[in-house]
Amino acid sequence: MSDAALTSHISPQPVVKPKLSRDDWIMRACMVGIGSLLVIFIVLPLYTMLSKSVENKAEEFIGLANFNEYFSTPALFQSAANSLSIALISTFVVISVAFVYGYALTRTCMPYKWLFKIIAVIPLLTPSLLGGISLVYWFGNQGVAKALLLGETIYGPIGITIGSSYWVFPHALMIIITALSITDARLYEAADALRTTKFRTFFTVTLPGCKYGLTSAAFVVFTLVFTDFGVPKVIGGNYNMLATDVYKQVIGQQNFQMGAVVSVVLLVPAILAFVVDQIVQKKQVAMLSARAVPYAPKPSAGRDMSMLIFCSIVALVIVGMLGMAQYAALVKFWPYNLSLSFSNYDFDVMDGGGWEAFWNSLEMATYTAIIGTVVIFYGSYLMEKGRGFDVGRKIFHMLAILPLAVPGLVLGLAYIFFFNNPANPFHFVYGTIGILVLVSISHFYTVSHLTAVTALKQMDPEFESVSASLKAPFYKTFFRVTVPVCTPAILDVSMYLFLNAMTTVSAVIFLYSSDTTLASVAVMNMDDAGDIAPAAAMAMMIAYTCAGVRIMHSILSRGLIKHTQAWRNH
Amino acid sequence: MSIDNAKKPYLKIKNLTKRFGKFTALDNISLDIFESEFVCFLGPSGCGKTTLLRAIAGLDIQTLGSIEQNDTNISGLPPAERDFGIVFQSYALFPNLTVNKNVGYGLENRKIPRTQIKSRVEELLELVGLPEQGSKYPAQLSGGQQQRIALARALATSPGLLLLDEPLSALDARVRDRLRGEIKSLQRRLGVTTIMVTHDQEEALTMADRIVVMDHGLIEQVGSPEEIYSQPKTAFVADFIGTMNFIPGIVTVNGAVTVGPAVIQCGTTTFKAGDKIFVAIRPEDINAQDIAVDDNNVIEVEIRSLEFMGSFYRATLGGGAFANSDVYADFSINLMRRKSVEVGNKLPVRLPSNFIQVYTANGA
Repeated sequence: MSDAALTSHISPQPVVKPKLSRDDWIMRACMVGIGSLLVIFIVLPLYTMLSKSVENKAEEFIGLANFNEYFSTPALFQSAANSLSIALISTFVVISVAFVYGYALTRTCMPYKWLFKIIAVIPLLTPSLLGGISLVYWFGNQGVAKALLLGETIYGPIGITIGSSYWVFPHALMIIITALSITDARLYEAADALRTTKFRTFFTVTLPGCKYGLTSAAFVVFTLVFTDFGVPKVIGGNYNMLATDVYKQVIGQQNFQMGAVVSVVLLVPAILAFVVDQIVQKKQVAMLSARAVPYAPKPSAGRDMSMLIFCSIVALVIVGMLGMAQYAALVKFWPYNLSLSFSNYDFDVMDGGGWEAFWNSLEMATYTAIIGTVVIFYGSYLMEKGRGFDVGRKIFHMLAILPLAVPGLVLGLAYIFFFNNPANPFHFVYGTIGILVLVSISHFYTVSHLTAVTALKQMDPEFESVSASLKAPFYKTFFRVTVPVCTPAILDVSMYLFLNAMTTVSAVIFLYSSDTTLASVAVMNMDDAGDIAPAAAMAMMIAYTCAGVRIMHSILSRGLIKHTQAWRNH
Repeated sequence: MSIDNAKKPYLKIKNLTKRFGKFTALDNISLDIFESEFVCFLGPSGCGKTTLLRAIAGLDIQTLGSIEQNDTNISGLPPAERDFGIVFQSYALFPNLTVNKNVGYGLENRKIPRTQIKSRVEELLELVGLPEQGSKYPAQLSGGQQQRIALARALATSPGLLLLDEPLSALDARVRDRLRGEIKSLQRRLGVTTIMVTHDQEEALTMADRIVVMDHGLIEQVGSPEEIYSQPKTAFVADFIGTMNFIPGIVTVNGAVTVGPAVIQCGTTTFKAGDKIFVAIRPEDINAQDIAVDDNNVIEVEIRSLEFMGSFYRATLGGGAFANSDVYADFSINLMRRKSVEVGNKLPVRLPSNFIQVYTANGA
């Protein structure tokens, strides 16, 4: 044994400073670049808005005087209470219904599951306004089923709750289905072996197993309803909510300071829900570490039949909403002339933006999908696969998560404050389609980012190590390996961005100009002007487009996956 | 002994320390590795062996200390500026590229003509015993085949240093045994300096020229497989490699050890009288045959249980000097037949002093 191999010197050593390769420099520079974009297009606008809320009209700092005024105005304060109660009721309704629906899809042998899955997705393809418009035709002053309300009016809390529940349903359902899908069949076998009753198994195994998913879904629903603008605008009548208040303050009274104050009030619960959800999500990771055996439900005639009945009712409501909108769009003159025609689709003869608005939407959604996917995927790649620079990567992650906590209406208002200032070097995007693309990418950044990160995390972390040892530059591995392997996720991100850009109202309502009116905005404006049937027709145009894009996306992904992922089939 | 001190080390690791926050993963490690050597870093999980390998590769650069490769200081260099090929437990083959593209990946950006890349890839596939698999995708190959492709890819650029990070751990026992021999003979043939990280002592013993046993971020012992096995320097090494009996005892005045009522000669000089120690001996070194009357270190013990291991029996001995510390001894089938060894029988056994190691019992 040679002791020469084990030498030791005792001398103070300097800490080794890792030398950065050219790749490291490029990757860090790009990440800092995208991070700066996030700062410019999310953090700075929000900061500007926050500072507006503590200024008077002459832009002088006045502390919390605006907030004082706000909270001492009973009418405004009432809106906050209204928003809160509507959000809580809708959360309860949606979570209960979505849980049973999701349970039927994942844990029973109910027939026609595929059909129920497709129907449940419908609300994602329509602007939130569509539900409101449909409700007007069903239960409004001239509605076909008005009698069912027993004298109550649909224009108010009832309408808002139903309309909100309709459009947030798929958001909750997707989270709940995921939570119900990741279960361990062995737990049920163990419960069976211990002769546990079905009832007890449900409360001791099923519910605890998906409690994180349920809480997460509840937070999502609460935030969406609390901050939504479209449904209350269409069906709210005189029932004021925070989101409609912001709109009224800004558009109606041109009181930007008070608009900012209401936005802050709107932002607080959203951020609170977001923070609590983040904490809950962290716990879930620890729970899912074990390797589970997938659960396969066994037939049970009684249960499966009652589930079929329940799901059919829910599906009927969803189809009824869409169907009524379609019917109303085709009817000549409700309710006096019920013959069908396409006259309501003749948007160019009406105020609201005409066909131009539709084409603008298409253009805007396409740009959002393309630019957004490139930037978001590349950003998440740099964050996930970069070497070292931990602080930078953490900050980047926080920046990428932030938009989820910011309601679209708030972000839109923040954009006005920030970009409308002529001193801002980005002032030139104001009033163009560019600012609509920017606000859409920023608003929908987080979910896309997380989808990309999930896909990237599933890749072997040693790909980059191997590439470095083979002296292949990072972009070669990025284009040759990372992008092809992540193609399914990239397509998902682009579709998500397209659908949301196409249907969003709240993020863009303050930012469109007369040249850049969007279809979803046109729906609102036509509805506002009393042209409800054309509004329904435009909403249906959005729905056709989204459905078409979704179908195209699934054909395209199948084709692309066949082409780029040949290795998966072997 | 086996290492020629006059030979110049290829890789010089000096005073390497790696900290993750407050945790010290490597604690002032120094080690020389020579040209064409096959070195194994062996130790339990969390001992720092992988951290050391990743520091050598530049994937996780050390906090303190230096690394020299071929007389060049590479301490802070990024992986891309170092000279090594690496194979991971997960194979890390690019799933969307064919075997040919995977193996040729490192050759593509070196301005080598296409035909030359093609023949080099063929040569490498031949080398790892997988010719004519070039157009398949990794998922179409078995685990063992994939790991060979990963090896071919790592060797494609003829690196000066080959790093293997638990390359066999994900494979079936049979495939593992075969690949063990193949990697070893390939390494001999190519003469590439190789470092392999493993937690499997059998792998280390059969493949390595030298083994570096590590624990808690420290090197416990460096030596040839034979040295590590027969002269473990510390109780940790003795316990980690193979099976070792530890029998508590106390050092007497003349360097002998009392174990219960018995006195055992083991020629220890490093301990003082009265020191509490462990007498350590491997099961196969406990002798039950041909014991002469005047032999020393003979103890009468009782057979507590017998376990059939295929080619031999493992006996658990107790009673007598061993009292209640269970001591394992391996008895050949032959001995069992001749001596009618049965559970409950008493039997004299001898602990040959040249096979005994003595370790301190303080802090154990």
